[in-house]
Amino acid sequence: MSYSKNIAPSEHHDYLGSKMGMWIFIFTELFLFGGLFLVYAVFRSQYATDFHKAAEETNTFIGTLNTIVLLISSMTVAMSITAIQNNQKGRAIRLLLMTLLLALVFMVNKYFEWGHKFDLKLYPGSQVLTNLPKGELLFFGLYFMMTGLHALHVLVGMILLTLTIFRIKSGRVHAANFSLIENSGLYWHLVDLIWIFLFPMMYLIT
Amino acid sequence: MSNSETHPQGSYLDNHGKYKGLMGWLTSTDHKRIALLYLYCIVIFFFVAAILGLSMAIEKMRPGQDIMNAQTYNGFFTVHGIIMVFMIVIPGLAAVFGNFALPLLIGARDVAFPKLNLFSWYLYVIGAILAVLSQLLKSGPPDTGWTFYVPYSSQSTTSVIPALTAAFVLGFSSILTGLNFIVTIHRMRAPGMTWFKMPLFPWALYATAWIQVLATPIIGITLLMVIAERVLHIGFFDPALGGDPVLFQHLFWIYSHPAVYIMILPAMGVVTEIFPTFSQKPVFGYGAIAISSLLIAFVGYFVWGHHMFTSGISYWSKWFFSFLTFIVAVPSAIKVFNWISTLYGGSIDMKPPLLYAISFVFLFMIGGFTGLFLGALATNVQLHDTTFVVAHFHYIIFGGMGFAFFAGIHYWFPKMFGRMYSNRRAYIAWAFTFVGFNLLYFPQFIIGVQGMPRRYFDYLPQFQWGHFLSGIGAFILMTGLVLMVWNLVHSKRHGAIAPSNPWKGVTLEWQIASPPPVENFDEIPVIKHKPYWFGKDDRE
Amino acid sequence: MDLPVPDDVPDNLKKRPMSTEKQHISTNTSHAVVLIILLSLTAISVSMAELHLGALSVAVALIVASIKGTTVLTYFMHLKYESLFFKIMVGGVFVMYLLIIIFLFFDYSFR
Repeated sequence: MSYSKNIAPSEHHDYLGSKMGMWIFIFTELFLFGGLFLVYAVFRSQYATDFHKAAEETNTFIGTLNTIVLLISSMTVAMSITAIQNNQKGRAIRLLLMTLLLALVFMVNKYFEWGHKFDLKLYPGSQVLTNLPKGELLFFGLYFMMTGLHALHVLVGMILLTLTIFRIKSGRVHAANFSLIENSGLYWHLVDLIWIFLFPMMYLIT
Repeated sequence: MSNSETHPQGSYLDNHGKYKGLMGWLTSTDHKRIALLYLYCIVIFFFVAAILGLSMAIEKMRPGQDIMNAQTYNGFFTVHGIIMVFMIVIPGLAAVFGNFALPLLIGARDVAFPKLNLFSWYLYVIGAILAVLSQLLKSGPPDTGWTFYVPYSSQSTTSVIPALTAAFVLGFSSILTGLNFIVTIHRMRAPGMTWFKMPLFPWALYATAWIQVLATPIIGITLLMVIAERVLHIGFFDPALGGDPVLFQHLFWIYSHPAVYIMILPAMGVVTEIFPTFSQKPVFGYGAIAISSLLIAFVGYFVWGHHMFTSGISYWSKWFFSFLTFIVAVPSAIKVFNWISTLYGGSIDMKPPLLYAISFVFLFMIGGFTGLFLGALATNVQLHDTTFVVAHFHYIIFGGMGFAFFAGIHYWFPKMFGRMYSNRRAYIAWAFTFVGFNLLYFPQFIIGVQGMPRRYFDYLPQFQWGHFLSGIGAFILMTGLVLMVWNLVHSKRHGAIAPSNPWKGVTLEWQIASPPPVENFDEIPVIKHKPYWFGKDDRE
Repeated sequence: MDLPVPDDVPDNLKKRPMSTEKQHISTNTSHAVVLIILLSLTAISVSMAELHLGALSVAVALIVASIKGTTVLTYFMHLKYESLFFKIMVGGVFVMYLLIIIFLFFDYSFR
């Protein structure tokens, strides 16, 4: 008997345990953003009018577009899992690439959105921001911190999905071993879920 | 059964697998080796922080400046707190004894995610390095206290950001360990081991793991917010920019209160393993202890405001948090009754583990009772920010979790290292530790009530007697700790060879060799009996 | 479609390797339908934001977002087809979070 700790993962791979682990990680992410939502809730309640005013500065069109982009990307990643489970390797990869493309569109939109704000000298620490009414200042602080942290998670999600594509190509991920794509999909849906709440909070309170 | 001399596989301490020697340890995903990696780091950093504590006690033995100035003193209590809280007591029991014993207690070969387990340890080390870095950089060690209250933490010119980052990384390590343990307990129990056939240390670890997973992210984001304050002037906590400093306190304590349950629940779990073994009798009220662990974790989430009674929060808020603080004491009290009842009528063997476990109950109760004075609104006004609070939490954390750690290391030492330590030296060390501890902290209750503030470098002459006694106590305590560690380190090499079951325990770890083989069990056991079944016919 | 398992793996571990026998596979149609629902809810949310409901606008926005979120959790994240334990876990986490907000506002609402 070999007592090496390098047991091949597939022999002892616990699919349900792996999924459970990913869900628990998702809970930690929910609470991470949850802390920021708490801050938002407190200041929204204290500076309702200022928040309302500041939100006019956010571009509802791009925000809605980004929401649609993320929702579609959730569908494409969900479909890619269905494809893998049905042994449709090529289709799965195409759908994941589609998801990545949509993620990229999201990030590009974000780039232009933030760029526009920077052009208006609206960023934390700027003189323009300091001269605004306090509630508006706080709104923009929250805006940058929350969308920034979210964008970071979009990037992480993109890396995970890319890794998944490579593993599908190499044959390590397939119909009988699809934890990676399912867990990456769960992570991606988390990113979408956070945006579902961010969107109205940042863009729709006018 | 066999010991390490005769088991054909050798033990987990011998070289196995691809790498030998130090590299074998640094790349090992074996939960037992990872437990020891944590143990060695924790012992080293504990002594660093303890020496800092001793230095502060020495400084305060006389009023005025003696061996350090005020700024240094502030830096000392800050880093003492950061190390003790984030590197010793929060990870301590779970990372050392949870890692070592959990898979053994549930009949598994390892945790659910062994590689993630090793990664958790690496994160711990990185966090530790960052904490050390914060002490060495040119901007000087942080002087904010481990609680990093704004506005000072956003303004202090010291190395606050490395310290905040250290805490963030250490928190991530804690989260991943919690995640690992939850899945391990759900998925890797031996066949036949239903939830209510599981021993109580795993129950405690389970409750703890949920707190680790759901509370730590909040401090993670809060620390990031303070960094954002310092770097970007984001304004959440700055009144000049419309923010609220009390909001920081809320967010900080929403984690840091549940964090104390991360500290104490595994401690309670450890002593709950020790009491039945050294009474040779099942745990009294198994179900009550299991459920009260979960209740403590749940209710403990909602008492954070009791750290903020004098911060300006609303009356209803204070009322509510005080009420829940009294409620959360109840499950802990239930446990104390259960432990004493476990001892009652048992065949008591006062070996060092039991001595430390009983000390734990005594010291924890003092800490717990004094918590009631702090939890009551009226008395809190007098006592907040005095040394009464310092004494309270040292009794609970050091007297509680610390002594439980000592109990655990004396309990599982034969299993971990295959050697027995000298009982006589252990008792002597205990005596110094116990006497020193009480002499160090009890006077702080009294001068605290009399008005001695905490975190103060200097004080009025009427408080000197208390500080002086504390200083003596600190020396005695340190002697005891050094004796204790020396006994164990010496016995690791020179102690008598340990049998597989030196304490006549009935949980699974005692049914395998000391030290265990790499794979733990030759065959995964099938569980038929209730936990803590001592072979008496009234149980099945 | 089980993977081959070595002989010396104990029985209780042999049951572990992944099999797709009892896995629920969502259909592409269901995914598409869910997307349509989510897009519709988004449209509702955006148009309701135009309506100037005052204090009610927060509640409406949050409710719509919650419905969208629940839809993503239930279908895209497959919670509907997972065991009861997963559902309780997720529900419990949201309840915990809600309680934290409520207790936080015991301070802020009554200052």
